[in-house]
Amino acid sequence: MNQTPYKLVIGLEVHVQLSTRTKLFCGCPTAFGASPNTQTCPVCLGHPGALPVMNEQAIALAIRTGLALNCEIASVTKWDRKSYFYPDLPKGYQISQFDQPICGPGYLDFADPENEGETLRVRLIRAHLEEDAGKSMHDEGAGKADSQIDLNRTGTPLLEIVSEPDLNSPEAAKAYLIELRLLLTYLGVSDCNMQEGSLRADANVNLHIAQGDTTVATPIVEVKNLNSFRAVERALTYESQRQYSQWQKDGRDITQAPKQTRGWDDAAGVTVAQREKEESSDYRYFPDPDLVPLHIEPRQLEAARQALGDLPAALRERLRYAGLKEYDANVIVSQGRSMVDYFEQAVASGAPAKRVSSWIQQDVMRTLNEQEISIEEFSISALQLAELLQAIEKGDIDNSRGKDVFQYCLQHPEADLDSAKAALGIEAVDQGELEALCRELLAENPKIVAQVKEGNVKGLGALIGAARKKNPNADPKQVRELCHQLILADA
Amino acid sequence: MAACCRKLSIMNIEEQSAVDLGRRIASGEVSSREVTQHYLDRIAEREPAVAAFTNLADDAVTTAEQADQQIASGQLRSPLAGVPVSIKDLLCTASLPTTCGSRMLREFHAPYTATAVQKLLDAGLVVVGKTNMDEFAMGGSTETGDGGATHNPWDRQRTAGGSSGGAAAALAAGMVPLSIGSDTGGSVRQPAAFCGVCGLKPTYGRISRYGLVAFASSLDQIGTLAHYVEDLAASLQIMAGHDPRDSTSLPDPTTEYLAHLDQPVQGLKVGVIREHIDNPGLDADIRDGVIRAQQALQELGAEIVEVHLPHTSHAVPTYYVIAPSEASGNLSRYDGVHYGFRQLGDSGAAAPLDAMISRSRSQGFGPEVKRRIMLGTFALSAGYYDAYYKKALQVRRLIAQDYGAAFEQVDLLLGPVTPTPAFGLGEKLDDPVQMYLQDLYTVGANLAGIPALSLPAGFNEQGLPLAIQLQGPALGEARLLSVAYQLQQQHFFEPRIAECS
Repeated sequence: MNQTPYKLVIGLEVHVQLSTRTKLFCGCPTAFGASPNTQTCPVCLGHPGALPVMNEQAIALAIRTGLALNCEIASVTKWDRKSYFYPDLPKGYQISQFDQPICGPGYLDFADPENEGETLRVRLIRAHLEEDAGKSMHDEGAGKADSQIDLNRTGTPLLEIVSEPDLNSPEAAKAYLIELRLLLTYLGVSDCNMQEGSLRADANVNLHIAQGDTTVATPIVEVKNLNSFRAVERALTYESQRQYSQWQKDGRDITQAPKQTRGWDDAAGVTVAQREKEESSDYRYFPDPDLVPLHIEPRQLEAARQALGDLPAALRERLRYAGLKEYDANVIVSQGRSMVDYFEQAVASGAPAKRVSSWIQQDVMRTLNEQEISIEEFSISALQLAELLQAIEKGDIDNSRGKDVFQYCLQHPEADLDSAKAALGIEAVDQGELEALCRELLAENPKIVAQVKEGNVKGLGALIGAARKKNPNADPKQVRELCHQLILADA
Repeated sequence: MAACCRKLSIMNIEEQSAVDLGRRIASGEVSSREVTQHYLDRIAEREPAVAAFTNLADDAVTTAEQADQQIASGQLRSPLAGVPVSIKDLLCTASLPTTCGSRMLREFHAPYTATAVQKLLDAGLVVVGKTNMDEFAMGGSTETGDGGATHNPWDRQRTAGGSSGGAAAALAAGMVPLSIGSDTGGSVRQPAAFCGVCGLKPTYGRISRYGLVAFASSLDQIGTLAHYVEDLAASLQIMAGHDPRDSTSLPDPTTEYLAHLDQPVQGLKVGVIREHIDNPGLDADIRDGVIRAQQALQELGAEIVEVHLPHTSHAVPTYYVIAPSEASGNLSRYDGVHYGFRQLGDSGAAAPLDAMISRSRSQGFGPEVKRRIMLGTFALSAGYYDAYYKKALQVRRLIAQDYGAAFEQVDLLLGPVTPTPAFGLGEKLDDPVQMYLQDLYTVGANLAGIPALSLPAGFNEQGLPLAIQLQGPALGEARLLSVAYQLQQQHFFEPRIAECS
């Protein structure tokens, strides 16, 4: 962390859109991008007489997430109405959970981005379910003041994950969010698409400033509209500096100013004060009489626990145990479960872990990027890759010819290692052939020979290039060693 | 029931129960069209004096003709197929406006039909119109609706009760044989009592609330009104059952209500609620009606015992915290944004938003609705929640426990429905507390979620209907209906239609 005269204190509220097929309280689809107000019904439109009916799938996804976040899962949970007037909230209240959230205290561990090998822990206060509101679009251009409302999103299930203020740097906040998103992706509970708003974060921020023996806390600011990891990092950096200079100006502490809401303006790179409510909001929470309390049975919890599967933290451990460094394990795990499977299959088939990891991170991932496909769609199977890497490991093929095979296999999905080798003319070069080739090279390059004799071995590299022109199958390492030996022997 | 074998003449259609009409329509003795036309004629004749309806169905005769065809071809087998019915204007109907008696929804057409109404339509009943009510069902006099007051057919200067006043008055005036209402604190039973007809509020959750515009969600229940107990049973049979669209609806009933009307009363224990009878505010004629019911039940072989509901005096205050609290939430959706009444500013602009919402709600709602929204908003506010709403929930539990304890001793409870017979129009409008105290005997059943039934008990000297109330344990509708049916068979009361002169 940068040396600052204060300690930054950050808590995050993360809204995760759960990937249910239908909305939280009605049968309307949750798909993104439909024409405005086409995914609605009397229930999500808040029509008179319409009643909510709970979506069981949303409950299952919330439980799954809560378990993965080490949360206590409530045995009884209920729904409450949160009342406020806003045009994109058609009922005049949001169905949420007030005092009995489905998920109680938990935590998430993640790698400390500022101290290699260290782990940070964010304690979670709770995670509760609620329905999303609609979307207001304000068209204030050309002197107009039209507002349009799209209620397609209304009623989409959200899980709000609220952390303790355990984060102390913008980098840590970002790292926590990245780890949370990875976990949610592994769990399959959300598509976590930040552009489409499937993962939204609000941050509560203030500073603890050392003043002699005591500490002064600055007023808490809620920063909204953090729509990317980068925005989180930038906004928090900006906001901490802003609060510090504000405090230097007015000296006001947490007891002297109310909590303020500021929005992050990504283009301008600043946080902007949002309209203060005239009075503190009173949401008048009360239990929603249209919905019955929900009892979660231990058996259901146990089944959900069994079905959790391997989570990123455990997989990273496993990959490190297989021989990878923390960094490499993280890169592969971050690619998702299918990439981990691909890695593990290749290793299980006998290819060395480090070599698999390095080929995945370079050749495989580059190809996936270029072709814009996922590992599931990748044409070279883990077994094929393993066979190739084993051949390289044994020295049957050199690394560079290995890349040729890789490229050939990409273009010829039906090819196996032998047919690729045959097509590329790859064959073993015997010792006699190699020696003849080296002698020929030395004869053609007396200058280099002279340099090497004087102890300058740099020129050997040029010999390798020349050797491969004569015979692409010549192993560069062997060419180098043999030439060196021959020159020295001659001397 | 003694079968009447002669061909029905148009003149005595209204003397028939809905079940009888259904039977005669099914047998081809009379057509749904003829029956429907009869009631439409009655409506044309009497509606101007009674004002029971907010909207009439233009297509009732066509619907009746369709019903006749379907009955003839054997597609409709319900005992009430082809029978006309009115629907309280609080239930959504895709074919008719749903105003809830409010300026706020004067122009509102629901895009769907309430589950209960759809079940009636599927059973081949013919909806003739939507009935008047207090605005958003908040009231006990059917005077506060957007369309004005409904008159009591027995005395036009008096109220029909409320909030399902239009439903009860339409029956009393012979304009329909069956009415569907809703009961949150007595809104089916009290108007039934004032108008001299039978009214049933079933167990909470017995009939799906989907499409019943919410007043107080934990108390609201659709109910049914008719001249004959058998008609309550038959209509309940059609509407009752689980609805996947209403999480609070109960599983399908296991009893055929209509088939169990003859269950013996012999040996039943009926409790007379001491706190209800001893109330000094109880009208002497009504008290006498309860005593006569006691005797009639004894003659049928029931044992009468005295029971106590010690928290009775807290029922009205408890109700008037819980119901407005839920209402304040339920009515938040009427903000002038998406549908319903919207009041633009003087300049013709909607903006600013807060002002538009405030104007629309100030002008779209009447005084009683606004009073209750404010009461509820206050009761749920930070700092007051524990003292009002939470406390009320605790007392509600005690009231439910009172009923639970009573039903360990007895099968049914007997008492009055209202403290007085129908009061005068305008009499209590300026005194909301007096109006609320009308609910003393009825709100308990809503708070406890139990079924309750209002039965006529003759008339007082002024010719105003009197009534008694029977209450049963949750899901005890079959027993309630059978006891009421046998009281009717014993001529404890005779269905009568007002002259409306």
